Amino acid sequence: MEDTDTTATRSVRIGSEHGLHARPAKLFTQAVGGSGAKVTIAKGDGKPVNAASILAVIALGIDHGDEVTVSVDGDDAAAVLDRLVDLLLTDHDS
Amino acid sequence: MELNGTGIGEGIALGPVARMAEPLPEPVDRPTHLDAEREGQRATASLSVVAAELNRRGTQAGGAARDILEAQAMMAEDVTLADDITARLAEGKTAERAVFEAFAAFRDLLAGMGGYMGERAADLDDVSQRVIAHLLKLPAPGIPNPGHPFVLVARDLAPADTALLDLDQVLALITTDGGPTSHTAILAREKSIVAVVGAAGAATLADGDQVIVDAAADAVITSPTDEQLSAAKTRIDERAQRSQEPTGPGALFDGTAVPLLANLGSAAGAADALAAGAEGVGLFRTEFLFLDSQSAPTVREQQEQYTKLLTAFAGKKVVARVLDAGADKPLAFLNDAPEENPALGLRGIRSLRHSETILREQLTALAAADAATDADLWVMAPMVATVEEARYFTSLAKELGIRTAGVMVEVPATALLADRVLAVTDFASIGTNDLTQYTMAADRLLGTVANFQDPWHPAVLRLVAEVGAAGLAAGKPVGICGEAAADPLLAVVLVGLGATTLSMSPSALADVRASLARFTLDDARALAEVALAADGAAEAKAAAKSCAAERTAGRVPAPAT
Repeated sequence: MEDTDTTATRSVRIGSEHGLHARPAKLFTQAVGGSGAKVTIAKGDGKPVNAASILAVIALGIDHGDEVTVSVDGDDAAAVLDRLVDLLLTDHDS
Repeated sequence: MELNGTGIGEGIALGPVARMAEPLPEPVDRPTHLDAEREGQRATASLSVVAAELNRRGTQAGGAARDILEAQAMMAEDVTLADDITARLAEGKTAERAVFEAFAAFRDLLAGMGGYMGERAADLDDVSQRVIAHLLKLPAPGIPNPGHPFVLVARDLAPADTALLDLDQVLALITTDGGPTSHTAILAREKSIVAVVGAAGAATLADGDQVIVDAAADAVITSPTDEQLSAAKTRIDERAQRSQEPTGPGALFDGTAVPLLANLGSAAGAADALAAGAEGVGLFRTEFLFLDSQSAPTVREQQEQYTKLLTAFAGKKVVARVLDAGADKPLAFLNDAPEENPALGLRGIRSLRHSETILREQLTALAAADAATDADLWVMAPMVATVEEARYFTSLAKELGIRTAGVMVEVPATALLADRVLAVTDFASIGTNDLTQYTMAADRLLGTVANFQDPWHPAVLRLVAEVGAAGLAAGKPVGICGEAAADPLLAVVLVGLGATTLSMSPSALADVRASLARFTLDDARALAEVALAADGAAEAKAAAKSCAAERTAGRVPAPAT
């Protein structure tokens, strides 16, 4: 049985004007790495990739306004997800 | 020993060599002698050393560079990449090859995506090269960072390399390839860096070698003697002294005035130009204000920008060039159709005539800015090829309130008919870069034909002489506003050929002023004569040099005023 305290999933639209390219991708994967949780990100209906991998994230080719789904598996999953989603909604290019 | 090349400017510098490493060859795909686990350890170790180095440089650089370098460090330690490398090692590949292939796979993926993602492909290439260099125990490619000031030796510098150059650390530049209009040469001129380009012999220099880089002598001296070192130090001190002396108007030894003007792209450079003693602006490149515009700027927007620059040069002459779109600098709102051969296409006055409203608006804005300030505004058209175009532009400019209208001479046809062109316009200004490219039929943006792009070529000089003679006969001014005017010795030759003013990057003014002061008008004409009589560019320069040495032997330079 799944423990609801350790997993969390949400879909959001990307805020950065140029999408999830170098700098926003770096900030996002750094935050994933710092959380200690296992995190995946998927674009649209695509296959989820390891969100701690900057190359995997950049290779998704996520543009401004694209919908992505973030899943967190670890302690305090809900709080980690909130922080990550915040990063995705922020326009880092402004 | 002396290595020969083409000196940029008159500077001299000395210091230890640091070489820019060549790009690494692709690692050969052969089975490893080690097992996959051992190769994996090698790869992991090099990846983490490179990541640490990139992070260290990021912290040191700060700002936007820090983000890029930290992102690169993360790429080196990326888990997906590590998995990919492990899979390739399991097939029996070497660490070098596995790293190369794994990076290349991601690189192709990103490059295929284009745009912002595509630009990250170059970042990946750079990380890949660094890791492979570390595995092979070779120096990392790119700009060296020995931790002390150095003389940079490279094949040639790409724009991306020069963007990373720490100018406080670079004493001088030496390239083995590249000519006087290469990117390296342009950078050197712009930033007043001592440089000798195209010195093929410099390929033998090693890191740490002490060299004297003598741009005035077109030479690099290796293993200098104590005597040579102390002579070089004296010249370095004298040059530093000279740049601090008060500047005066440009003039020859006999007092003949040769006004020295600045090439500027916006009002931002005005203060520096004035501090360097510019007596006005000989080429105000108006298009640089608008390169990012999707639509033509309004008359009011333009007028504001022009007024700003003209105000800074109150009481002085400012020669504005109307929008010169095309070839190397397309403007979204002027050039929309792609051309196979843009240097020979719809550019300069041709494209403006095609969109005459834009030309009319610009001339209106310029006339209004002139009326609102105390500067003496002249306006000229680029890429004029016929007498008819000269007549068209001059009468349109006058109709819209421009007091002095002229044409640029960049097309050989215009130089050859300069007498007839000058009969219908107020002045001529020779753009030596384009005039050279069109005379020699060599694309100035193409590295493989860079050796043709030399304004010392007697064919180019003969065209300048045509314009100079026509100007003298008609009593109309003939300016020079190309890179040629920034070459201190060529500047004297150009005056000998009939140029009445010289315009250049502000950083070149001091050297050109000092050079002019060493020669009389008779000397300048004698130099021009020997250069014209030469077979090629190198011979023309050598002939002018030896003629200059003969004529100034024993003469005391005029005191700076």
